[in-house]
Amino acid sequence: MRANLTLFQRLVPGARRAPTYDFPGGVHPAEHKSVSNQTPIAPGPRPAQLVLPLNMHLGAPARPIVTVGDRVLKGQMLAEPAGAVSAALHAPTSGTVVALGPRPIQHPSGMDALCIVLEPDGEDRWAERRPVADHTRLGPGKLIALLRDAGVAGLGGAGFPTSVKVNLGDHQRVEQLIINAVECEPYITADDRLMRERADEIVLGIQILQYLLNPHDTLIGIEDNKPDAIAALRAACADSDVEIRVVPTKYPSGGEKQLIQLLTGKEVPSGSIPAQCGVVCQNVGTAWAVKRAVHDGEPLLSRVTTVTGDAVARPGNYEVWLGTPVADLLRHAGVDKDRLGRLVMGGPMMGFTLHDPSVPVVKTSNCIIAASAEELPEPPPEQACIRCGACAEVCPANLLPQQLYWYAKTDDFERAQHHNLMDCIECGACAYVCPSHIPLVQYYRYAKGEIRTQTAEQIKADRARERFEARQARLEREQAEKEARRRARLEANRKKQEAATESGAGDEKLAALKKEVGQASSAYKAAVKAAKTAEAQEADNAAELRARADSLKAEADRAKAALRDAKATAPAPAAAPAESSALADLKKAVGEASSAYKAAVKAAKHAEAEETDDAAELRARADQLKAEADRLKAELRDAKAAQGPAAPPAAPAPSTQDSGTSPEKPADTPSVANTAVDEQAAGKRQKRLKGLKTAYNMAHKQYKEAHAAVERAERAGQDSDEALAAMHAKVEKLKAKADHCRDALDALVEQAKADILAHTGKDLKTLKLDAARAESALRDKADELERRRDTSDADTLETLNSELDALQEHAQLTRLALKTAVEEQGLVEE
Amino acid sequence: MSLINAPSPHTSRHTDTGAVMRQVVYATLPGLAALVWQFGLGSLLNVLWAVLVALVCEALFLRARGKPVAFYLKDWSAVVTAVLLGLALPPTAPWWLTLIGVGFAIVVAKQLYGGLGMNPFNPAMIGYVLLLISFPVAMTQWIAPGDAPAPADSLALFLGQAPADAFTGATPLDTFRTWAGDAEALAGRDILAGELAGPGWEAVNLAFLLGGLYLLARRIITWQIPVAFLAGLALPALIAHQVDAARFAGPLFHLFSGGAMLGAFFIATDPVSAATSRLGRFIYALLIGLLIWVIRTFGGYPDAVAFAVLLLNLSAPFIDYYTQPRAYGHRKANKGANP
Repeated sequence: MRANLTLFQRLVPGARRAPTYDFPGGVHPAEHKSVSNQTPIAPGPRPAQLVLPLNMHLGAPARPIVTVGDRVLKGQMLAEPAGAVSAALHAPTSGTVVALGPRPIQHPSGMDALCIVLEPDGEDRWAERRPVADHTRLGPGKLIALLRDAGVAGLGGAGFPTSVKVNLGDHQRVEQLIINAVECEPYITADDRLMRERADEIVLGIQILQYLLNPHDTLIGIEDNKPDAIAALRAACADSDVEIRVVPTKYPSGGEKQLIQLLTGKEVPSGSIPAQCGVVCQNVGTAWAVKRAVHDGEPLLSRVTTVTGDAVARPGNYEVWLGTPVADLLRHAGVDKDRLGRLVMGGPMMGFTLHDPSVPVVKTSNCIIAASAEELPEPPPEQACIRCGACAEVCPANLLPQQLYWYAKTDDFERAQHHNLMDCIECGACAYVCPSHIPLVQYYRYAKGEIRTQTAEQIKADRARERFEARQARLEREQAEKEARRRARLEANRKKQEAATESGAGDEKLAALKKEVGQASSAYKAAVKAAKTAEAQEADNAAELRARADSLKAEADRAKAALRDAKATAPAPAAAPAESSALADLKKAVGEASSAYKAAVKAAKHAEAEETDDAAELRARADQLKAEADRLKAELRDAKAAQGPAAPPAAPAPSTQDSGTSPEKPADTPSVANTAVDEQAAGKRQKRLKGLKTAYNMAHKQYKEAHAAVERAERAGQDSDEALAAMHAKVEKLKAKADHCRDALDALVEQAKADILAHTGKDLKTLKLDAARAESALRDKADELERRRDTSDADTLETLNSELDALQEHAQLTRLALKTAVEEQGLVEE
Repeated sequence: MSLINAPSPHTSRHTDTGAVMRQVVYATLPGLAALVWQFGLGSLLNVLWAVLVALVCEALFLRARGKPVAFYLKDWSAVVTAVLLGLALPPTAPWWLTLIGVGFAIVVAKQLYGGLGMNPFNPAMIGYVLLLISFPVAMTQWIAPGDAPAPADSLALFLGQAPADAFTGATPLDTFRTWAGDAEALAGRDILAGELAGPGWEAVNLAFLLGGLYLLARRIITWQIPVAFLAGLALPALIAHQVDAARFAGPLFHLFSGGAMLGAFFIATDPVSAATSRLGRFIYALLIGLLIWVIRTFGGYPDAVAFAVLLLNLSAPFIDYYTQPRAYGHRKANKGANP
């Protein structure tokens, strides 16, 4: 960076020690400052009405806390800050709130916005003030809150709430606090006069800012065309550590980025704020407002505004109540309405024309130029760009304005962005020098607006596409699941059918088995008898006979078992002509399964009683059959629940339980043979959950419809009382049904959650929280990495990268844990 | 009261394109004077006639394109084109040569491309090259220095009433080309025996240099193009001259011969067809200078300002893509045509 010692610095002792840097470009428009800086700051007008816009500052509009008709005192809060970036609004004088509605405001497009209209009572009575003599006693937190409640916002131009700007995180170190006293725009002298007359107060304000920001250096940047103000500040700063840096007069030295470059040589990286390179800028007027808010307890009620231009008789600086209509201020300064040709709020380089003088003075209104048509004439017609490059010579951001102009004109926004259009600060230096009178800034504003719109639309379109794709995937998945279920059902039906056709053969086999058993047991009995006889006779062959009886017994048992097996496996006699509905099939299947189960249980008991060898085997088989029966039962319930609502509502909806084919126990007792969580159980629960949900939704909808129907009928008043009563009854019934479904659903979910807790040792909520935490930690780290990618060295980036990887793994694990837990219990993630 | 509603800024430097163009015309006056002094009235007649033709062509075509004629004529751009072409033409040029050249420059090279600011090539140089290729004999004849024809003769030449060869002789550039490599022959040529370059031509070039310095002082042009142009021409000349003085002319000879100064300060600086960024303009002009030296030394034409400028006009967009300045807050400059 070049350190240019200007002629001024060589001539003025003291200025030499501090090197200032230069920024590229810049222009030297005629200053016109002496028009307004010859007289002291005078009080402003006392208008009949004050119009106070809720968004005088940058950020969210304040929220009104008064209503029409309220009497308010001077300094009383009218609207409170709403949101993080916002500032309060106060009554500049005592009076009555007479309106709260849209009024034309200080906006380049002349739009309306919500305003509080205050009618002064002329007494100017103060509300209670709470001055803080020693701000260090208050502490930073309370001090920042005080500034926020006092409505202090940047008085330089943008109106950024000061409380936000001084509230940096602990990690952010401020190297330089820069007080912007440059006032580089022509005509404006508000800060000049303020510094000449109130330098002591400004320095006190700076000290408060120093306390809050704790900067390494505090620099006041001021242009060399304000020698009186420089002298006043020098005197006021004599015994403080505030350094005054005089910069050569050049527009736009007062631009935040340009001033930072001038005083420190730093450039604020594109797209970031000065704090990111360790600099905070505050306007000199803001420092004064800070002092008033803290040491005097006075919120921001007025500001010094320059009124100038050759259409006013008394140009100068006025301390104007916020909300004062510009028309009143102009009258106060002696405007000649016939001469007035152009009315500008702000400076001639960056200000905007007002077409309606009723707009109010707000916190950012540093100047009103009432110029005749001769002083600021109508712009000449635009000529062709000859690419002379004068604009590029003066651009402080080092852009190529003529190229940007072509791209903006031909809507080539991609190239405009490639040429860094978004870094344009709209200072107007290019348009100022353009020999073809092209309103370049207007072209850039247009292109920037289009780019912002396009970016927003792109984001929107991307999101819509993502949503669409997600939906498409979900539909496909559901379709596939549906198809799989359908296949499974078909397969089951087919098997059942086969079993049914086989059952004829089964009957014969059964009979044969029975016979066999009969023969075997009689042979056994005979053998036993023979053996007993032999034992009684103590015959030699007794042992042999006994052995034979035993073997016969085993034979008989085997036959018996075979018979039992056959009985158990054989389905009950072939079904009666099939009911067409799947429900009937299912019912039948349940019936069969439960009777098979019962038979199996009996057989098992029998075997146990006889202490036969196969008892355990039989028991196991019985358990298996029970599980099968339970599964079928659950399926039936689901099918019923899903089908239930389709039935005419007149038929009282059966609760899910009273499908009762199994008389011996309630359906949803979770005493399934397998206590361990297995996939089958999960699938079952998932199915039930889904069925219940559908049932509930349908029931709820029916209930709502019925309810609405009743209300309609009641309003119409055409139905008889009985009919109405019947309808009410129906509604009640439907409601009961819906509630019942809901309860069942809740119970099931609770149970699943309890199982998750039992199974994983963590409840569902904790699992979800874990996952979300991991996810957000991951995101934060990614953001940090992105932020620091350009500024950090390779080692730091390496560390960050590995941290990111670790977090990613962790997030994946927690996600997986959650997913597994949920799936194991058959819960469906919503 | 009706208030003006206009975007910022509300004030301007009070210059306009017409004023800029007029400054360029004024700056050519010393050069024109030197030409008249050395070669007779022919150049003045050319310039006046060219301006008239240019204004008429411009007006006709503005009218045909449905543009406000007076408003666009006021930008003086047609006058500048005409003056530059008139200065570049030989003082012996008959009226019809100028008519064709200027007409083509204004109508085809400028208006058909969309008028001022839209032309990719320098219109004056397009007209010049058209004539050079179509009428090579008429375009390469030049009056011998110090042998300026009388005003009446100049007028006769202009009207096509007198044979040009009665007045013409070889230029220093021609002469050097012819005898390059033969040190003795070169030493014997009076036409190469000026203080800086050939007599007469050095005066003309000094006069254009004077006008160019005026443009620099008035900030109508920036230093990059003339400095790079002259450096691009002088540096290779210097090196080559050190190697073989008999075969290669010295840098001063190149700088003060032919159209060097006119090209450096008036032709290559035409902003419409030049590169835009500062670095881009430097590279652009450096390459023009280099190309002039190459063509003068190895090519078929004795001078090469027009060809070199047109070739670099072609390259200007490409140069622009790779010479974007580093914008505030960016670590490095963007390069290339697209993001």
